[in-house]
Amino acid sequence: MTDLIKQTARQLSDLLRAGDVSAHEVAVAHLDRIAAVDERVHAFLHVDREYTLARADQVDAKRASGAAMGVLAGVPLALKDVLAMKGQPTTCGSRMLEHWRPPYNATVVERLHAADVVILGKTNMDEFAMGSSTEFSAYGPTHNPWDLDRIPGGSGGGSAASLAAFEAPLAIGTDTGGSIRQPAAVTGTVGVKPTYGAVSRYGLVALASSLDQAGPCARTVEDTALLHMAIAGYDPKDSTSINQPVADMVAAAQRRDLRGMRIGLVKELSGQGFQAGVRQRFEEAVALYTSLGADVVEVSCPSFDYALAAYYLILPSEASSNLAKFDGMRYGLRSGDDGEHSVEQVMGLTRAAGFGPEVIRRIMIGTYALSSGYYDAYYGSAQKVRTLIQRDFNAAFTTCDVLISPTAPTTAFKIGEKLDDPLAMYLNDIATIPVNLAGNCGMSLPIGLAPEDGLPVGLQIIAPINGDDRLYQAGGALEAALHAQWGHHILEEAPAL
Amino acid sequence: MSKTALLMDFDQALERFDPVLGLEVHVELSTNTKMFCSCSTTFGGEPNTQVCPVCLGLPGALPVVNEKGVEAAIRIGLALNCEIAEWCRFSRKNYFYPDMPKNFQTSQYDEPIAFNGYLDVAVPTDEGVMPFRVLIERAHMEEDTGKALHQGGATGRIHGADYSLLDYNRAGIPLIEIVTKPIVGAGRYAPEVAKAYVAALRELVKSLDVSDVRMDQGSLRCDVNLSLRPTPQDRFGTRTETKNVNSLRSVERAVRYEVQRQAVILTDGGKIIQETRHWHEDTGLTTAGRVKEEAEDYRYFPEPDLVPIAPSREWVEQLRASLPENPALRRARLQAEWGITDHDMASVVNAEALDLVEATIAAGADQAAARKWWLGELSRIANERGLGLEELAITPAHLARIEALIADGALNDKLARSVIEGVLAGEGEVDAVIAGRGLALVSDDGPLLAAIDAALQAQPDVAEKIAAGKLAAAGAVVGAVMKATRGQADAAKVRRLLFERLGVSE
Repeated sequence: MTDLIKQTARQLSDLLRAGDVSAHEVAVAHLDRIAAVDERVHAFLHVDREYTLARADQVDAKRASGAAMGVLAGVPLALKDVLAMKGQPTTCGSRMLEHWRPPYNATVVERLHAADVVILGKTNMDEFAMGSSTEFSAYGPTHNPWDLDRIPGGSGGGSAASLAAFEAPLAIGTDTGGSIRQPAAVTGTVGVKPTYGAVSRYGLVALASSLDQAGPCARTVEDTALLHMAIAGYDPKDSTSINQPVADMVAAAQRRDLRGMRIGLVKELSGQGFQAGVRQRFEEAVALYTSLGADVVEVSCPSFDYALAAYYLILPSEASSNLAKFDGMRYGLRSGDDGEHSVEQVMGLTRAAGFGPEVIRRIMIGTYALSSGYYDAYYGSAQKVRTLIQRDFNAAFTTCDVLISPTAPTTAFKIGEKLDDPLAMYLNDIATIPVNLAGNCGMSLPIGLAPEDGLPVGLQIIAPINGDDRLYQAGGALEAALHAQWGHHILEEAPAL
Repeated sequence: MSKTALLMDFDQALERFDPVLGLEVHVELSTNTKMFCSCSTTFGGEPNTQVCPVCLGLPGALPVVNEKGVEAAIRIGLALNCEIAEWCRFSRKNYFYPDMPKNFQTSQYDEPIAFNGYLDVAVPTDEGVMPFRVLIERAHMEEDTGKALHQGGATGRIHGADYSLLDYNRAGIPLIEIVTKPIVGAGRYAPEVAKAYVAALRELVKSLDVSDVRMDQGSLRCDVNLSLRPTPQDRFGTRTETKNVNSLRSVERAVRYEVQRQAVILTDGGKIIQETRHWHEDTGLTTAGRVKEEAEDYRYFPEPDLVPIAPSREWVEQLRASLPENPALRRARLQAEWGITDHDMASVVNAEALDLVEATIAAGADQAAARKWWLGELSRIANERGLGLEELAITPAHLARIEALIADGALNDKLARSVIEGVLAGEGEVDAVIAGRGLALVSDDGPLLAAIDAALQAQPDVAEKIAAGKLAAAGAVVGAVMKATRGQADAAKVRRLLFERLGVSE
């Protein structure tokens, strides 16, 4: 029997459709893998084996009845624990929501159900998606399958690690400043932050509403495209949702033709501060693009230098307001309700007990930045920078179809290494943040291992608003060329767990 | 607790100070669904039965703007002669309070949907009605909060309560907040201006059919801002904001009270504290709310979960064209058409019978008769039953039919009251009630003459008195005939037949 956990979603889909395997068998294989390795990886916060098998059985029964089945029917998936799933724990990696079970489904979850995707469980993350290493999860860090002493990126480290550890072929992440792309880069997997508004945010517990976007994660560009198609599209429950047809991402991923494509190398994102091995692999990828017929040019986006500063005003500001609802009054943790404390005191004690240090740090920054007298200098100025960044992108996309950069400045660092240095931690997202600020889309895909540490390096492709199919065209072609060079998937080089 | 403040005589206070008013009125819209979700807005439901993830602010839920709420806001803005924003946004007003599910209120801050308007009001004064223009600063959209029900305290207030229960049925119901510019120049009529403004605003909003505007149910709520200054040439003084002003009468009283209270403090060289005060309907006092150490910082910023509102000019013009007639102008027009006095018109308006009287006249009744029925018999019945006139199961068409039958001599007032009783009791249309109750007047002369003869026989002295010119004696016969016909006779006709019988001319 084929090793089911090593199959791509596309391969599983073919096996399921041919009747060679059942959704039940596929689910069992992945649940067994989770049982075998997740104690060490800790990609998952919640796995409900019974629920998952019941869902798989429903999908098998539906297929047996002769019903038309979607391409991903019966394929398992790992869901980031920031998306509301009815009756299932949804903790956002926080003590605040330890025992909360939502009474409703996120639209992404509804769409996954409609596509008959089988959800394996909820994955670990930095608390309320604040972090770049998954170390800020209240439930302990996730370990990078490439080296268990290293971080898997963040905030969606659990989702990325579940793919790299062959616990799931598909995963959902969310990306506010790089939380899909940076974990993909450091785990040797693929992740896409779609255009803002392409995937509904309804049921995504908000970090920063104007930056958050859910997106697909997988081990190949084509699988990512398949998942993208399953979750994207207009949702009347999300006012910021884009009301227009979704382009065919799968066809774009399969096109493998880059002739005439103009690729911009962002000057501000390819130089200082990047690890030597990251730069080396990136330069090789650039050369490969040229050899594939693409026209690579350098472009400058001078406002990107201010992106990180603007981001760390806008994000905390919105987060300070979004997280105000966690006060112990209606759901989740409640502390100090002993008849001695006032309502205000209970709210304060609850928030002090329920939030971790990074969350408290950002709430305080955001509260300060929005204060009267400071608003114009901080939040107001940051919004102006945002406009400048959008203009830089617009200018770049007049001469380029896509832009590229390394996804993250370094490969996976050691757990604990940057925990006490917030600024160093924030710099992980320097290349991914401009995309969130402008609202356009980006992909990270693996382009090799850094020679100095043997850890995966990711390349970021950036496309304009609603140009998500270009990510898949540029990514699919590069992936095919790299696989032809290597003769295998990069994860084959990861040490066995 | 509440201590009676020293008050200065009102006239004396006005000799020393010039009052400056500001009124903030919250109107709860009567849309079917809430402002940002599809929950019902019906008043009085079991607690927490009209809620969903959105209005409970559950993690992950997102708001979607209720188009009908925007439409109502624009119509209110247009009726208040405001400009309508071509582009505006919602903002978040951040503060912690348990009745607010998200701990921020989705409101509008520096980009209201409507701004720069005015409302002309008629203020009753000793010298007659004074026209006064109240300038409107803005009208903006926001969501209502839930309700905290404080349990165990004596007063139902949070102070002294053992615990509180929260009902989120009201959370997310659309509100329009209408804010005046500082109202200056009202002088000693500041209380009357305030009352007249709220009354006119209530009438205007009611005419738009966008709110119940029931102050007793909180669908119209008024906050009164007031400050005093030595003369109209001085800068504005420190203001207080009086909340919980829940009737028109209270608006007037609260202004009067604050003028008198502040005047004492200022005269004694004291300072007015900028604070929120609560109006107490029962005692007619205001008491200080929680004293804030520093000004509340709401940390407003544009609501990122909603897209900007950009009402097209075509839509705004459509809404403008479809506005109902301004109620004040309509009142003046009807009064002229009916040819009635200011006092009579005020009675119709105060009885909230204007629409019904107008409709009854339109259905063919005489204006005096229409007013008589609605303001008399029907107001009495409605009052007895604790209902509004509109809630009575009788229509202007019913009354017009009754009036037509009276004019034809087929009914008299007494029978008409019985018909009304029957209609209200659900016995059918007017003619069916008459048939069912056997209420038609005895109109044949035969039975009436027989009854007259019987009455004359029974009271032989009456004929003599009438013959002697004492026409008033006829009353006794008419009374006897009415009694004999159980009221189903036209008294005037009986009187005429009696005189004919006796050969007497009136």
